Amino acid sequence: MAVRVRPIWMERPSIPTQALKTVILLAIVGVMVLPFVYILAVSVASARDVLAGGLILWPAHPTTVAYESILRGGIVVRALAVSVGITVTGTAIAMVLTTTMAYGLTRIRDVPGSRLALFLVLGTLLFSAGIIPNFLLVKSLHLLNTYGALILPGAISAFNLVVVRQFFLAIPQDLLDSARIDGANDVQILWRVVLPLSKAVLAVVALFYAVGIWNDFFNALLYLNDASMWPVQLVLRQYVLQGTPLGDIQTNPLLGQPPPPQSFQMAIVVLGTLPILVVYPFLQRYFTRGVLTGAIKG
Amino acid sequence: MYALLLPGVLFVVVFRYVPLLGNVIAFQDYSPYLGFADSAWVGLQNFADLFTTPDVGTALVNTLVISGLQLVLYFPAPIALALLLNSLMSESIKRAVQSVVYLPHFIGWVIVVSIWQQVLGGDGLVNQVLRTSGLHTVNVMANPDFFKPLMVLQDVWKEVGWGTIIFLAALTAIDLSLYESAAIDGAGPWRRLRHVSLPGIRGVVVLLLILRLGSILTVGFEQILLQEPNVGAQAGQVLDTFVYFNGVVAGDWGLSAAVGLVKGAVGTMLVVGANWAVKRLGEEGVF
Repeated sequence: MAVRVRPIWMERPSIPTQALKTVILLAIVGVMVLPFVYILAVSVASARDVLAGGLILWPAHPTTVAYESILRGGIVVRALAVSVGITVTGTAIAMVLTTTMAYGLTRIRDVPGSRLALFLVLGTLLFSAGIIPNFLLVKSLHLLNTYGALILPGAISAFNLVVVRQFFLAIPQDLLDSARIDGANDVQILWRVVLPLSKAVLAVVALFYAVGIWNDFFNALLYLNDASMWPVQLVLRQYVLQGTPLGDIQTNPLLGQPPPPQSFQMAIVVLGTLPILVVYPFLQRYFTRGVLTGAIKG
Repeated sequence: MYALLLPGVLFVVVFRYVPLLGNVIAFQDYSPYLGFADSAWVGLQNFADLFTTPDVGTALVNTLVISGLQLVLYFPAPIALALLLNSLMSESIKRAVQSVVYLPHFIGWVIVVSIWQQVLGGDGLVNQVLRTSGLHTVNVMANPDFFKPLMVLQDVWKEVGWGTIIFLAALTAIDLSLYESAAIDGAGPWRRLRHVSLPGIRGVVVLLLILRLGSILTVGFEQILLQEPNVGAQAGQVLDTFVYFNGVVAGDWGLSAAVGLVKGAVGTMLVVGANWAVKRLGEEGVF
């Protein structure tokens, strides 16, 4: 238990003050945690539980039948596979482009033209072309109805690039010089020296990209006409928010009494959130450093 | 070195700069079947139409109202939470709270809206409880009057924790001896908050406030796109969703591109102006 030592000049807070702080913090934590617990509970609730209504934090008759129906196959499984695929591919492409470019921009003084490249990147923080011009570009590149449309336009985020570049700049120049004297070229230096030293920042930036792609529904809505290509977030929007039935799940007769639609919906919500909840604890300790580096100007 | 730079530069140019050219359709009566080359040029007609299309005005007003509510409700929230967290003596409690409040930042809008719907929607948790208690039910999620404050509350829920990071860093950077001298001079906790903590984070607050003013025409696009259909365009449409619904969906490309272009240009000017203002006030700008 890490507890700061209270300096002698600091008075102990009064009991009402402490009580008030506790209540406020508990309220904030509750408002953020309870909805997640609730949707998890609804997703494993049986028809009886849902019919009873009210606040379910743990259903009286839990069942995994909603998950079983979903995972048996059909739209949601396909959508999850699509989401995993574009997230992995998209993050990989984004990381390659971001790290190579960030490293390329670390020697503004010696590399003519790289200052201009840096301005080009920073300029994208100032403006964006907007929905319609971006749509027209994707259309004229023949990327409509391809997964490239979801991955490529966002492959370099200026914010992430600045974070990575800032980290690279802090690596001691001597280290890079000695590698160069040993005959390493820039690609080798990046791969063998710079990247291994930057694992923490790379993890954070990869997380930012991955979360962005996983959570995105708008690009899919804009660029994919074919519903069979949809990622899970767009399926969620269609089924949970707009209430369009997913035929192939609800008519599954093999499982006896069908679970209530609410459980289905919340099970998909849980599945759509799960990957983020899984990676979150591992990467959480690096956030602060990553965000603050980015907040300091490039 | 150039081999490393080239792919990135190419990407930035193709996906960030080339689309700017697409704005030419703001000066055309654009039709996707005819393309850029064959669509008729209409000069500034689309821009003139901005002023005579009532929906544009509605979208502008809705955008500004939501932005205004954000300044009042959403902007101070992380500052208050950061001050509260900073006052905790126990590092482990502080870290536990941080772990929880950062999380919603990483949850996508589709999920966030699904969760809110499940709790506050017509058939959601709150209404189930109201119904079983024999009280009137109220669908907060589909009420045009609640829409704008609701959007801001969702922003607060999602981002309040994440927003504390920068203020906590500024608070940590304050020299502890300042607090000590203030305490020795007889300042209690509130006066130390008022005269040490707040001045200590003033720079960051001013910076973020001005940046927020700079992006006053941009309010949560995905968030509103998902929920505007619940309440209709009159209450819910903002500039970005107007561009989407009127342009991409309804096919009025020219006018919508004009809205997007004007918004983008004004937005860029506001950000540059905001940055200039920050520097004039003697604070560090962003660029």
